[in-house]
Amino acid sequence: MEVQLIKIEKRNDVSRSIYLLTPILAIFLTLFGGGIIFFALGFNPIEALKFFFITPISDLYGLSELLLKATPLCLIAIGLSFCFKSNNWNIGAEGQLIFGGIVGGGVALLFYNHDGFYVLPIIIVSGAVGGMVFAMIPAILKTFFNTNEILVSLMLVYVAKLLLDYLVVGPWSNPEGFNFPETRQFSASARMPILFDGLRIHAGIFITLVTVFLSWIILYKTYLGFQIKVSGLSLKTANYAGYKGKIMIIIVFMISGACAGIAGVGEITGPIGQLHRNISPDYGFTAIIVAFLGRLNPVGIIFASLIVALTYLGAETAQIFLQIPKYTGQVFQGMILFFLLASDYLLFFKIKFLGLKKNDI
Amino acid sequence: MKYLISVLFLLGLSISANAEFKVGFVYVGPVTDHGWTYQHDEGRKAVEAAGIKATYVESVQYGADSERVIRQLAQSGHDLIFTTSFGYMDPTNNVAKDFPNVKFEHATGYKMDHPNVSVYSARFYQGRTLLGHIAGKMTKTNTIGYIASFPIPEVIRGINAMTLAAQKVNPDIKTKIIWVFSWYDPGKEAEAAQALIDQGADIIMQHTDSTAAVQVAEKAGVWSFGQASDMQKFAPKSILTSIIDDWAPYYVERSIAARDGTWSQQNTWHGLKEGMVAMAPYNPAMGSDLVKEVEQLQKDLASGKANSFTGPIYDQKGNLLVAEGSVADDGLLGGMKVYVKGVEGDVPQ
Amino acid sequence: MIFDLNFFGMLIGAIMASSVPLILAASGELITERSGVLNLGVEGMMIVGAISGFALMVLTDNLFLAVIGSMLSGLIISSIFGFLTQTLFTNHVASGLALTIFGIGISAMIGKNFVGIPGKDFPLLLVNLRESIPFLGPILFGHSIILYVAFALPFATNYFLKKTKLGLIVRAVGDSPVSASNQGINVALVRYSCILYGGAMCGLAGAYLSLIYTPQWIENMTAGRGWIALALVVFATWSPLKVLAGAIIFGGVTIMQLHLQAIGLRIPVQLLSALPYIMTIIVLVVISRDSRKIKLNTPTSLGQIFYKEK
Repeated sequence: MEVQLIKIEKRNDVSRSIYLLTPILAIFLTLFGGGIIFFALGFNPIEALKFFFITPISDLYGLSELLLKATPLCLIAIGLSFCFKSNNWNIGAEGQLIFGGIVGGGVALLFYNHDGFYVLPIIIVSGAVGGMVFAMIPAILKTFFNTNEILVSLMLVYVAKLLLDYLVVGPWSNPEGFNFPETRQFSASARMPILFDGLRIHAGIFITLVTVFLSWIILYKTYLGFQIKVSGLSLKTANYAGYKGKIMIIIVFMISGACAGIAGVGEITGPIGQLHRNISPDYGFTAIIVAFLGRLNPVGIIFASLIVALTYLGAETAQIFLQIPKYTGQVFQGMILFFLLASDYLLFFKIKFLGLKKNDI
Repeated sequence: MKYLISVLFLLGLSISANAEFKVGFVYVGPVTDHGWTYQHDEGRKAVEAAGIKATYVESVQYGADSERVIRQLAQSGHDLIFTTSFGYMDPTNNVAKDFPNVKFEHATGYKMDHPNVSVYSARFYQGRTLLGHIAGKMTKTNTIGYIASFPIPEVIRGINAMTLAAQKVNPDIKTKIIWVFSWYDPGKEAEAAQALIDQGADIIMQHTDSTAAVQVAEKAGVWSFGQASDMQKFAPKSILTSIIDDWAPYYVERSIAARDGTWSQQNTWHGLKEGMVAMAPYNPAMGSDLVKEVEQLQKDLASGKANSFTGPIYDQKGNLLVAEGSVADDGLLGGMKVYVKGVEGDVPQ
Repeated sequence: MIFDLNFFGMLIGAIMASSVPLILAASGELITERSGVLNLGVEGMMIVGAISGFALMVLTDNLFLAVIGSMLSGLIISSIFGFLTQTLFTNHVASGLALTIFGIGISAMIGKNFVGIPGKDFPLLLVNLRESIPFLGPILFGHSIILYVAFALPFATNYFLKKTKLGLIVRAVGDSPVSASNQGINVALVRYSCILYGGAMCGLAGAYLSLIYTPQWIENMTAGRGWIALALVVFATWSPLKVLAGAIIFGGVTIMQLHLQAIGLRIPVQLLSALPYIMTIIVLVVISRDSRKIKLNTPTSLGQIFYKEK
């Protein structure tokens, strides 16, 4: 006779409190796992974790850098949440970011040595359009040719990267720059206004905050938001939705691409100030972690982007003070996502401890 | 919440209030690349050995991240900061503006916008002249394969110096170039080396940072040269010598100067003479005559008796770059954009 | 003068050598995907295989152990993905991506102590025949055993999928896990096995890089080959023999542009390098619009979570 100690049942309703608590659980598990890794590497885990997670943000400058790093992550993840909520797997945000950066950067170079309040807005809009157009490629191929959007959007990342490479090495490289693979520095009119003297945080953060607010309205207060949610709940419903469903797919990709494109423009007109080969340290991929960690919820994504941004800063600080290898940042990012996905199990399944009864024996 | 913030601030203060003299390094690659960054880190270790605390951050990407790292080093009490790649030029100057009491040293750049910024680089091309001489004598196929990174003056200077020296001892020499558009991509460097060998090159040299190319040369049984550090153990039979970037004396000297308050702004371009460029032991397979010849040339380059760019030098179109009897000045070298006569192909634009 | 028959033989040999990691990783991923699982962790599994293989070579001084160990480590790290997606029913895309990020980080961490150590000579077979037979010599001989394995693998995979009962089961699970399950097939077990097999092959692909192709450990040395392998599976429309053809085309584009440069032709290198990705998208569009062609090979349930009520 089979004795069952544990019974696993699928939950019919998703518990709201567990839904919000699992990301926190994942973060704690990551801290714990990270502590073990630090210990294994021969560091005092408490001290290492302190340098990793507290030191980087223990002054105003550190906090401003955290916001600077979180700004593009949050923006991209917000865009992705539209796609992911509706079961559209856009994983090519990195490509959309780069293409937006290429278009926006091209416009910025066009306006080289050109003053005017309108220059920056034009650059931002063109970057958004660039990202949007690039994101529409997988969307249109998906809707009209039934092509897998995961693979197309992924392939396009490499196309965008190589195109940027081609441009900054060749036709767009700085004529006075000794052939170094970078463009001219953009003129002041094409740069994001800096918010505080001595800090790098720029006006892009407001774009992100407005986007968060708008996306909350769209997702929770409009018919489109309702549609997105419904198609996310069941694949079949989305397929039945037909023509309207197709339009919706294209719209969510456009939103996502525009967000990534603006993020790209924010980087090149903000802290970087020119185009070169590495305008993004894989923000587009990291934002996928952010979107999941934030539960595809606008407010959740804000917090998630701050936490993930902290793993970048923390890795640098830990290296400066303790000479801990810098890749621990990536290990942490991977672990957070592992643990979050794993703890989702608690969300959809109930684990019952039955215990042994007399008649079982 | 307020309490929490004040605690965080205190923590930050306790770290930055540390008064010990410290030096910071920013690296573009991993300290373990066994090339460019590895050599800078050897220099850092020499600073530590001189009793000065020296920390580093590795694999710092160009772009938004580099300025933060440099700033963080400045803010956390580092008194002298070496930024060891060209891409850090603007970020270094930006940070220097806000930290007038911290000294900055930027490798391979030219911008010194503030009195607390120095630049330094090495005359690697002098090493290339020696390689060219050896290559011209050692090649059987008269074809030299050259793996290049980006068409910047430093790389073009190296190609030209090597070709001029090789032509001097062997007028039939041909230089074949593959641009990999990367400083560090082992797979691609290996493939480029193989392609050059398949096209008849029996000498492989590179201006990229990994050891992949010399390993391919070893396997294929052709000669090769190491770059940045002594790569001999990766290709014991094939490597004839390596150009070694020896930053240690400079780093130690500048760190001590900064600690003792004697540091001043400089534009340093050192070469064989000062030892910033050094050569690894020559492979006996070259034959003792050639080794002696090259050692003499090395001495002459160091003393100034010989020069890598002695006229007459023509570019590919036949325009005179350096007149007979004179040598190229640092202005021409610093902005070198064209190949000299005898190099095949065009500089990528 | 140099562009004789032998030159083209060497050219083909070089293309073959560069396509080996792509063939290995793509063949493994192909089996995983045919069972309905999309594992985006190829790059992560490859890099873990590369460091494990190299580390074991250094520690044990035994190349055989190194190769086996790299496969085992690929298998172990893919089991994280398997556990997440099959036991905990997590999203394939997110889990695979996490695996890649984690793999790159952890490999660099382990690799810290193994940098700057030269690799060992991997035995090459029949090197003298390579030199003595023109044209065919450089194509057929003087390679490592792993190259021959890689070139045989697509045929074996093809046979496995088409002619064996297990292959039929894998395909059935990929096409319709529900009906497979109704016929009494343990879907999770089949998918677990396919994931682990894929992991082992990716590990081997990584070891090829760190033990044979550029014999040393270098951080991030896979340099995006995992993503190309993913593209390759799609490019090949999930057919093993086309993986072989695709890998040669992909590898050929890279090698050819280097040769064109060495001849002295000026070519837009980056645009040529983008070709494989663009070709993949085009192939994807062509096969996807024709539903009959999709049915041919595409695992219908690719990337979908299958949960069976117990």
